[in-house]
Amino acid sequence: MNLHEFQAKHLFSRFGIPVPRGYLVRSAAEARKAAERLGGERWVVKAQVHAGARGKGGGIKLVKSLDELTRCAESMLGSRLVTPQTGTGGLPVDAVLIEEGLAITREIYLSALVDRMSNRVLLLGSAAGGIDIEEVAAKHPQQILSARANPIAGLQPYQCRELAFGLGLEGKQVGELVKIMLNLYRCFIALDLSLIEINPLILTAQDELLALDAKINVDDNAVAIGRQPEIADMRDTSQEDEAEIRAAEHGLSYITLGGNIGCMVNGAGLAMATMDVIKLYGGEPANFLDVGGGTNAQRVAEAFKIICASPNVKAILVNIFGGIVRCDMIAEGIINAVKGVGVKVPVVVRLEGTNVERGKQLLAQSELDIIAASNLADGAQRAVAAVGR
Amino acid sequence: MSILVDKSTKVIVQGFTGRQGSFHAEQCIRYGTQIVGGVTPGRGGESHLQRPVFNTVRDAVASVDANASMIYVPAAYAADAILEAAAAGIRVIACITEGIPVHDMLRVKGSLAYYDAILIGPNCPGVITPGECKIGIMPGHIHEHGSVGIVSRSGTLTYEAVKQITDVGLGQSTCVGIGGDPIQGLSFIDVLQRFEQDPQTKGIVMVGEIGGTSEEAAAEFIQSHVRKPVVAYIAGVTAPAGKRMGHAGAIISGGKGTARDKFMALEKAGVATVRSPADIGSTMNELIVG
Repeated sequence: MNLHEFQAKHLFSRFGIPVPRGYLVRSAAEARKAAERLGGERWVVKAQVHAGARGKGGGIKLVKSLDELTRCAESMLGSRLVTPQTGTGGLPVDAVLIEEGLAITREIYLSALVDRMSNRVLLLGSAAGGIDIEEVAAKHPQQILSARANPIAGLQPYQCRELAFGLGLEGKQVGELVKIMLNLYRCFIALDLSLIEINPLILTAQDELLALDAKINVDDNAVAIGRQPEIADMRDTSQEDEAEIRAAEHGLSYITLGGNIGCMVNGAGLAMATMDVIKLYGGEPANFLDVGGGTNAQRVAEAFKIICASPNVKAILVNIFGGIVRCDMIAEGIINAVKGVGVKVPVVVRLEGTNVERGKQLLAQSELDIIAASNLADGAQRAVAAVGR
Repeated sequence: MSILVDKSTKVIVQGFTGRQGSFHAEQCIRYGTQIVGGVTPGRGGESHLQRPVFNTVRDAVASVDANASMIYVPAAYAADAILEAAAAGIRVIACITEGIPVHDMLRVKGSLAYYDAILIGPNCPGVITPGECKIGIMPGHIHEHGSVGIVSRSGTLTYEAVKQITDVGLGQSTCVGIGGDPIQGLSFIDVLQRFEQDPQTKGIVMVGEIGGTSEEAAAEFIQSHVRKPVVAYIAGVTAPAGKRMGHAGAIISGGKGTARDKFMALEKAGVATVRSPADIGSTMNELIVG
């Protein structure tokens, strides 16, 4: 789950990570008031969307007068912001953050994430802040400093000092960074986060360190078991795909893709493999959809509804490796769903598992536009052919 | 020989009396697994599926000499269940539970170093040595005693590989589902190492997917340590970056973890890769039988 910048900064403040002064506003009039309250002569207007590279899409603007600020907030609010990370449709801007304009002397990169290789929380720092960190990692890996926190002992101050001196900080800046890193780790653990990224962490003319930007990803598993109720309330569904939200409500894992062959599969790995095989035979998958390892008729019906809601879908490939689940039961579920939902496109079904012959027989007798496939490759080829007919 | 589990393995079920635990324990018993009891705190002394229920894993180890555990405890309590099993002296712990918070798994991983326990999973189908011992949720009937070791991050995609290996007549030595989570117990390398040393295993199927770099690490290991033929498939060539594909660990982030990179690393290590999972069986058959 992703948070907005303003939500992340609110959490930062609570955990003792300094952020610029600012106000969240939802109208141009509010924006003007916020700027007046902040004072000064320069402000930054920041569109609140769940995507990075906002600056490149015109979602972050430095303004130098109240009139300019009002115009800028007016044009952003209610629009859809397109950035290199959003896709062509962009994301709706319902709120903007108005912050004081600051005199920046240095920009640093700081992040924390779960490192799968070391099984530790990994903190990364770089003197090359404010720019694309992935590019730095690829071209100049030596410019990225790291510290791994022992999960039992936690992050230690010496690790933070090493990183601070490595970044070339001096005097009281070192102690400030150590404090920020320890607080950041505390925040990461307490809130079940999977990523914190501060890019950039700035050094001001007054020698203060401040998180100018803030990105937080939360571990969905921790939210799902109800361990982070406050974070769960921060969810903004306007930033998410409607079909994906609906699918999740029914225990389905669904992701919209660009093609025209709808996929319904049990198991995430097999679902990805099904998409890949469709592509291998010259087709394009319309979605990723995992109905769950041990699926049932109701989930199958809901999955058909979600797939058919997309006008792009010209055929559907169902790939169920039943295993313990009985194939005749799944076949009945498919037949009822195709009838009940009123599926208008050809449906190719590959079934495997207990009672597979009985399942295939039921599909053949159904008098619906259901094509039985003998294996995964056969299923994909038939689905690709069905689109072309 | 096989790896990890065999007919002498004595298994308890944590979350024994729950719906999932009961259903799969029964399936395992039918398969012939020695399920010697189960644990549900507060229900110690009862009998379930004609087997004793214990309050704690320690009690189960003391009474029925269990050395393996299969965990169906809900996600919020699963990390605790894993550590309870490890502390009680259980050697092989298969955690089937999906959805355990990643921070819980970091602490589990950090603590397991102090015990003599092997964790399989979480978020996995479990482990099976065909004809001897099935610990997990996989359909037993598609397996056949044989010579191919299978290691996979996926559930149903593993079954796909298993069925093909059975259909070509090779059968499996042991199949290990290492799970779809970012932080997991046994890694590809841990399992590959055991298959390489196991005399029954003549060939290895490895099924990976997008996310992380464990397949790349496995490729390096294979190049220098594995002499047996390896067939590998990676799911997720068509997966978009930045999206979690069902499994918590299946995500391409920061340009890392793509199927393309994994295929390349494996091919460089001399592994026979297949672009369609439908080719796993025939490719392995060619390598072993010719």
